[in-house]
Amino acid sequence: MLDARGIDLSIRRTQILHGVSFHARAGEVTCIVGPNGSGKTTLLKALTGELPFSGDATLDGQDLHAADGVWLSQRRGVLQQSTRLAFPFTVHEVVRLGLLNAATPDPSLVDAALARVGLAGFEGRFYHELSGGEQQRVQLARVLVQVWEPVFEGAPRWLFLDEPVSSLDLGHQLEVMDIAAEFAREGGGVVAVMHDLNLTAMYAASVALMERGRMVIQGTANDVMTDERLSQAYGCKVQVGLAPEGGAVPFVLPQVASR
Amino acid sequence: MFGVSSKDLREARTRGRSGDRAVLARLVTLLMIVVMAVVAVAALAIGATDTSLWGAIGDILTGRELDNRERIIIFDIRLPRLVMGMMVGAALAVSGAVMQGLFRNPLADPGLVGVGAGAGLGAISAIVLGSMLPLAFQSLIGNWLVPFAAFAGGWLTTILLYRVSTSNGRTSVAVMLLAGIALGALTGALSGILVYNANDAQLRDLTFWGLGSLAGATWTKVLVAFPLIAAALIAAPFLARGLNGLTLGEAAATHLGVPVQRLKSYSILLVAGAVGAAVAVSGGIGFIGIVVPHLLRLAMGPDHRYLLPAAAILGAALLVTADIIARVVVAPAELPIGIVTAVIGGPFFLWILLKNRSVLDM
Repeated sequence: MLDARGIDLSIRRTQILHGVSFHARAGEVTCIVGPNGSGKTTLLKALTGELPFSGDATLDGQDLHAADGVWLSQRRGVLQQSTRLAFPFTVHEVVRLGLLNAATPDPSLVDAALARVGLAGFEGRFYHELSGGEQQRVQLARVLVQVWEPVFEGAPRWLFLDEPVSSLDLGHQLEVMDIAAEFAREGGGVVAVMHDLNLTAMYAASVALMERGRMVIQGTANDVMTDERLSQAYGCKVQVGLAPEGGAVPFVLPQVASR
Repeated sequence: MFGVSSKDLREARTRGRSGDRAVLARLVTLLMIVVMAVVAVAALAIGATDTSLWGAIGDILTGRELDNRERIIIFDIRLPRLVMGMMVGAALAVSGAVMQGLFRNPLADPGLVGVGAGAGLGAISAIVLGSMLPLAFQSLIGNWLVPFAAFAGGWLTTILLYRVSTSNGRTSVAVMLLAGIALGALTGALSGILVYNANDAQLRDLTFWGLGSLAGATWTKVLVAFPLIAAALIAAPFLARGLNGLTLGEAAATHLGVPVQRLKSYSILLVAGAVGAAVAVSGGIGFIGIVVPHLLRLAMGPDHRYLLPAAAILGAALLVTADIIARVVVAPAELPIGIVTAVIGGPFFLWILLKNRSVLDM
């Protein structure tokens, strides 16, 4: 269980997060949505220890303010929006960096993780010669080897994903979301910052909607995604329907013409 | 050979295709050791006099006493010079590689970005101002004052440079190089003021030192530089995994459990210590710190676990080779070694710039 209450965060005297509360359960995918500048990524950076914040936050009972770096690295992996490398590493070498502080560093995980993200055979390629989408999937493989078993020593592990599908094509978007869903199904926890509301509705058991640094509402996709709430948050007219297949999953249509 | 079978070699080649260059890196390191051994023998054998290393070795093996002249030339002139060249070369190459890892940039070289100049200012201050210290204190610290002052100067410049060129964990290449120019100019000016006020004896020391040369190598100087350089070389491998993590950026390194702040402080101390000691005994020798890590990254990849030890060996071999060239080309006189490394390193640096023009976001 990830539990954050009353998170305040300022960068250079500008307050970005105002008393944000957020929670995520292991075994589920939890998505954070909201317009640009609403504080989604900032919240994720606070929860992953990248930015200092005030307020209470615990991961499976451990106070995040006091968590040890190596302990954390064995509990949760973080996928950033994009990662530039300083030196010409091969794909194999990049993924292997995920094992840097692993409790049981097993090099064979590298090939397994690359196969899982659909990049088997890319081991010897240079990272900087890949496309943006391929680089993003290499980074996902690196994060996966870091927290390969979704449950470790009886406790869940966590994946924090910052816009994991934003540079991917449709097929690979589904593939990455399926990996997240599988990780959750096997007992891990997933927190993802998302722009795509339809993928969010399809995969998230819990959706948190943010607006201007505040948490508007957190609940199921059906509770959170209403015409009125999304239209207000995103500043454009939005119509929410129910997907023809599967029945209960909402889908979102922006109404450009009638703005 | 060297514990590597032909099967290992075959595996290294296939692994190279699978993206794991660990075996390749070990083979390159072994090759560096062989090169270093050959260069070391050459450095002892080649010189302005006709003293024969082989003759001397034969004498030792057959139990015959060496004559005085042979003993002095080989054991008190060529050997300390070889040892000092190896120490300085290893220190410069390793601190270059560590600094490039710290700044996440292949162009960060202590000589280029003002750290060498800062260490120089420390050394010059010690030479000129040291004589003003109470005599008791002078005799207590004696030879150690210059290297530790150089270390302090290099340390302060590195911290300043890092503060100026890094914001939010991102180092700007342009700001780093420009800040290096500014710091170099400033420390150069301060050094100039000190030189202007030096007395005759101090000026002789300064000129000798400023040429960038191994010519003044003695066992005393070797001992003076040894503690800082040995500490840096022993500490470097412990930073390797952290520096590997840092290539992904500070945030990603933190997520991997790398103690980034501590890693940065230790890296800066290491660079300052190694460069300070090297500058204190040999003056400003440039380009080793950029040429050696770059060549090794091309040959075996950028993994710091292999890069740092290999850089120490290749740096030592390259500087001793440059010293042999400096001693031989205008024999019986000799060139300052700084000229030789600049003649090789300058064009090499331009070549790196040409190759990386598109990726340097300046």
